[in-house]
Amino acid sequence: MAASEGKGRRWHADALAALKRHGVRQVGYVPDAGLSGLIAFCEDDPDIDATVLTTEEEGVALLAGAWLGGDRGCLMMQSSGVGNIPNMLAMRESGGFPLVMIVTMRGEHAEFNPWQEPMGRMTQPLLEAAGLTVTRAAAEDAVGGLLDDAFTHAYGSSAGAAAVLISQELIGAKTW
Amino acid sequence: MVGAAMDRRAAVAAAFRHRGADGLVVTGLGSPTWDAAATEDSALNFYLWGGMGGAACVGLGLALARPDRPVCVLTGDGEMLMGIGSLSTVARKAPKNLSILVLDNGHYGETGMQPSASDTTDLARVAAACGIADSRSIATMTDLEADAGTYFARNGPVFRRILIATGDAPRVLPEKDGVKLKARFKDAIGVRITHA
Repeated sequence: MAASEGKGRRWHADALAALKRHGVRQVGYVPDAGLSGLIAFCEDDPDIDATVLTTEEEGVALLAGAWLGGDRGCLMMQSSGVGNIPNMLAMRESGGFPLVMIVTMRGEHAEFNPWQEPMGRMTQPLLEAAGLTVTRAAAEDAVGGLLDDAFTHAYGSSAGAAAVLISQELIGAKTW
Repeated sequence: MVGAAMDRRAAVAAAFRHRGADGLVVTGLGSPTWDAAATEDSALNFYLWGGMGGAACVGLGLALARPDRPVCVLTGDGEMLMGIGSLSTVARKAPKNLSILVLDNGHYGETGMQPSASDTTDLARVAAACGIADSRSIATMTDLEADAGTYFARNGPVFRRILIATGDAPRVLPEKDGVKLKARFKDAIGVRITHA
């Protein structure tokens, strides 16, 4: 049985469809519960090479290398992981490497764990300081279109970088 | 104390002897970048001037994108220690066309020669424990010359900890505009640049 069978929400399927529309060949991710269906879809997809990372920094580097070889990519992580990557985002800017990130949010909606709140608060300003265009999906049906915009920005006329934040309200608060 | 062995420039020249026309090289920031530029400023070198800890994963992404080409990451012990988790990531993907060469002088050479943890942490054993089976240390020029044929042979992944002396080599600074380096690299390997 495929790992993705019976898993995934509508936005996971919409995101996978966007990845495939834009020719993504490599995906790097640090797992998050909110991403699990999308990760399973990517792992099962014969046209996508998915790499599980030990830290999010690796993913920015991975996708820079992928682009040197001609592969488009997408990097997926939880909001806490954004705190791990600013120096690699500086490398990305210096090399003019395109980047699209999908970030599932914690620390903003009915968050059980207060330790998630600082990075939840810092995620968007930190990404913007690093030069990324940041959009936020508050509803499932927005994800596909926002990813279209992000890929067009990143791989279009300039070597851009964009992040789509998946709001915790969309994901649903983690239950304990 | 490690790294009483080889001159770094002689070691890199020997390590790249079997590179051929299609070998791709990614360098970690600092001295390995100067070493690669001094050996041959090939358009197929991508020099990192930043992103410390990222060299192995830049090589991984490139190796996965271009399985037809050998990819060699040349970096230092401090840079590898910062990205040590990437050895697990590389091992799990296990690209046959990737080799990682760590020039280990046991010190942070660009910042005043402070000792690194590589005298107590044996990076070759770390790489093996992470799952890169073909991992070992190379301590002499004779061994390096005999071993260098494996670095661009696409029979990996390969990890080598190359013990070098601590002496400085003359700085040979390549182009530092990352966008230019990216463009010349992609042009040289024949990736059609339609955008970005």
